Amino acid sequence: MSKQQPTQFINPETPGYVGFANLPNQVHRKSVKKGFEFTLMVVGESGLGKSTLINSLFLTDLYPERVIPGAAEKIERTVQIEASTVEIEERGVKLRLTVVDTPGYGDAINCRDCFKTIISYIDEQFERYLHDESGLNRRHILDNRVHCCFYFISPFGHGLKPLDVAFMKAIHNKVNIVPVIAKADTLTLKERERLKKRILDEIEEHNIKIYHLPDAESDEDEDFKEQTRLLKASIPFSVVGSNQLIEAKGKKVRGRLYPWGVVEVENPEHNDFLKLRTMLITHMQDLQEVTQDLHYENFRSERLKRGGRKVENEDMNKDQILLEKEAELRRMQEMIARMQAQMQLQLQGGDGDGGVHGHHV
Amino acid sequence: MSKGFPETRTDTAMSELVPEPRPKPAVPMKPVGINPNLLGYIGIDTIIEQMRKKTMKTGFDFNIMVVGQSGLGKSTLVNTLFKSQVSRKASSWNREEKIPKTVEIKAIGHVIEEGGVKMKLTVIDTPGFGDQINNENCWEPIEKYINEQYEKFLKEEVNIARKKRIPDTRVHCCLYFISPTGHSLRPLDLEFMKHLSKVVNIIPVIAKADTMTLEEKSEFKQRVRKELEVNGIEFYPQKEFDEDLEDKTENDKIRQESMPFAVVGSDKEYQVNGKRVLGRKTPWGIIEVENLNHCEFALLRDFVIRTHLQDLKEVTHNIHYETYRAKRLNDNGGLPPGEGLLGTVLPPVPATPCPTAE
Repeated sequence: MSKQQPTQFINPETPGYVGFANLPNQVHRKSVKKGFEFTLMVVGESGLGKSTLINSLFLTDLYPERVIPGAAEKIERTVQIEASTVEIEERGVKLRLTVVDTPGYGDAINCRDCFKTIISYIDEQFERYLHDESGLNRRHILDNRVHCCFYFISPFGHGLKPLDVAFMKAIHNKVNIVPVIAKADTLTLKERERLKKRILDEIEEHNIKIYHLPDAESDEDEDFKEQTRLLKASIPFSVVGSNQLIEAKGKKVRGRLYPWGVVEVENPEHNDFLKLRTMLITHMQDLQEVTQDLHYENFRSERLKRGGRKVENEDMNKDQILLEKEAELRRMQEMIARMQAQMQLQLQGGDGDGGVHGHHV
Repeated sequence: MSKGFPETRTDTAMSELVPEPRPKPAVPMKPVGINPNLLGYIGIDTIIEQMRKKTMKTGFDFNIMVVGQSGLGKSTLVNTLFKSQVSRKASSWNREEKIPKTVEIKAIGHVIEEGGVKMKLTVIDTPGFGDQINNENCWEPIEKYINEQYEKFLKEEVNIARKKRIPDTRVHCCLYFISPTGHSLRPLDLEFMKHLSKVVNIIPVIAKADTMTLEEKSEFKQRVRKELEVNGIEFYPQKEFDEDLEDKTENDKIRQESMPFAVVGSDKEYQVNGKRVLGRKTPWGIIEVENLNHCEFALLRDFVIRTHLQDLKEVTHNIHYETYRAKRLNDNGGLPPGEGLLGTVLPPVPATPCPTAE
C-alpha cells in the first residue's frame, strides 16, 4: 500500500498552502445569504427627536401614521414598548432591523416606575433566546435580543438628570448603552464641548458602563485607526436629525432651515450624525458580539443560578413519580397474587362442580 | 382720579396701593382742547406729571419669579431682560452645583436705575423644580412661598400703626418656562399652571426657541395655546380682567397670536452688520436675540417691561391679593388674621386645592 504523500494536497504554486485561508470567504458568502439581524432600542423623553433621528439614520420612515398625544393624555399613559421591523437591502446584503421605541418614558410627573417595562422587555428577549437555545430544534433561532440602546440626553440640561443616571445604571449590565445628545443644534460649539465633558464626568462618577468602542487592531490601516480614535473622542455623539432637503450652497442637503442659517445633518462641523452612523455600521458586529458574550452570558448565568431551584423541583417530582409508579406496580402485583389465589380456590373447590378440568385425583 | 385732592399720607400710598389709570406714554404738558365745555384750562391733567415725579422719587418694586426645569435658560433670560447680571447665575452660584433634592426658593434683589427711575427688582428662582425622578407636588413649595408673601403684606396692612410704604414682596409675575419639545406640553407643565394660575400672574414662555424652525415654532405655539385653553388655564393677561374694549382688543391679539413667547436669551455680544448685538454664535449663523425674525424676546421684553409692568402689579394687588385676603378674613370669621377669638395666632391658609378643568 503506497503511503499517500502529503504533497498531493499542496497547491503546487505555493509550498505549504493548505487552503483554509478561504474560510472567511465561505463564512462571508453564507452570512450574506442568511442576512443580518439587528435590534436597536431608543430611549429618551418625548420631543428629543428620536423618531426623526432613526428615520434619518436609516433613510426611511418608520412611523408613517404617528399621532402625538397631548399633555392631558400623557398623564394617564404608562411606558409602552413598540417594535417596528424593516428589511433593508444594500448591495445584496440584507439587514433585518428592528427598532424598539419606548413612548411614554420620562413623561409622567412621577417617573419612578417608568423603566420597569423596558427592563422586563429586555429580560424577556433574553429569556426567549435562552429557551430557544435549550430547545430541541435549534435551527432557526430568532435573535430578538436588544443589541444596542441609544439613550437620548436632553441638550437643555447641564448634564445628566437623576432619571438618566438611574435608568442607565439599571440597564448597563443588560444592554450596550450608546449615549446620544439630541437636538444638538441648540448648542454652540463651546456649550457642546462643556456638556460632553460634563456628561462623561458624571458617567464616570456614577460608574455607568457605556459601550466602549474597541481599539483598532494593530494591523489595521492608519485611516481606520484614525477614524476609530476620532469616534472614541466624540462620545457622547451630539446629533441633529432631519429628512428634509434644503438648498444650501448650491446643492440639496438634508438639514434644518432657520432664519439665521442652515444646519446640515451630514456636515461633520455641524454635528456628529455621520460619526454616529459610521459607528453603528462599522461596529454592528461588535455590538452583537458583546451582547452575546457579555450581557447574554450574564443573564444566562444569573438565570440558571436562580433557575437551579426550579430544576430541583422537577427532580423531586420525578422521584415522586417513581415512587408512585412503584406503588402502583406493587398494587398490581398484589392484585395478581389475589387473583391467582382465587383461581386456586376455585380449582380446588371445582371438583364437585365438574366445570373445571382439574388434574386432581 | 375721583378721589379729589388727597392728603399727604395717602398721596404716597396712592402710587403703590390704589389703582391708578395706566399712564399714557406721551404726557401732554399743555391742554390739547379735549373738553370744549371747560371755560379755561384747570390743570387736572398735570396730575400725571405729579405722579411721575413721585414715582421717580420713591422708585418702585417689581418681583419676578422664574420657574422651569434646570437648563432651560431661565437665569440667562432674566439677565437679558434687565440687561444686567441680576440672576442667580451671576451671584456666586457655581454652575457645577448639583441639582437640589427638593425645590428651593432663592430670591435675589437688585436696584436698577434708568432715566432717573429706580426699580428694586427681585428675581425669585426655583432650582430643583421638575428635575427629580418623582416630581409629584413639586409646585407646593412655590405656592407656599407666594401665599407667604401675601400673608406678610396682609399682616402689615392690618397693623394699627402701619408703615408709610409697605414693602411689597408679593410675586407680580411668574415666567413659566416650557421645554421646546415641539410636541405638546408635559403633564408637569399642566399641573403647575392649573394650580398656580389662580394665585399669581403666569406668563408661559417657550425656552431655547432656537431649537425650532419657523414652522415648528408656530405649530408648537398653536398646540400649546389650544392645550391651555382646553384645560381651562388662564395665563396673564387674563380675559376676565380686561377693563375696557381697548384693553380687550390689545390683549386678545397678544393672547391669540403672540403668546406663549418663543424666546432666546444671551448675555454675549457679537458684531453683526456693523452693530453689536446680543446673540448666540453657531457654526451655521448668529442668532440675534433682539431680532424679531429670529425670536420673540423683544416682544416679551416690551410686554413685561414697557407696556404691562404696572398692570402686572395692579392685577396682583387688586385681584390675587384681594382673593387671598378675602379668603383669610372669611376663614377667620371676619376678624383680622393673627388674632382668633381667644387671641390665638392662626396659621395662614394652606395651598389652594386643584381646580377642576371646566
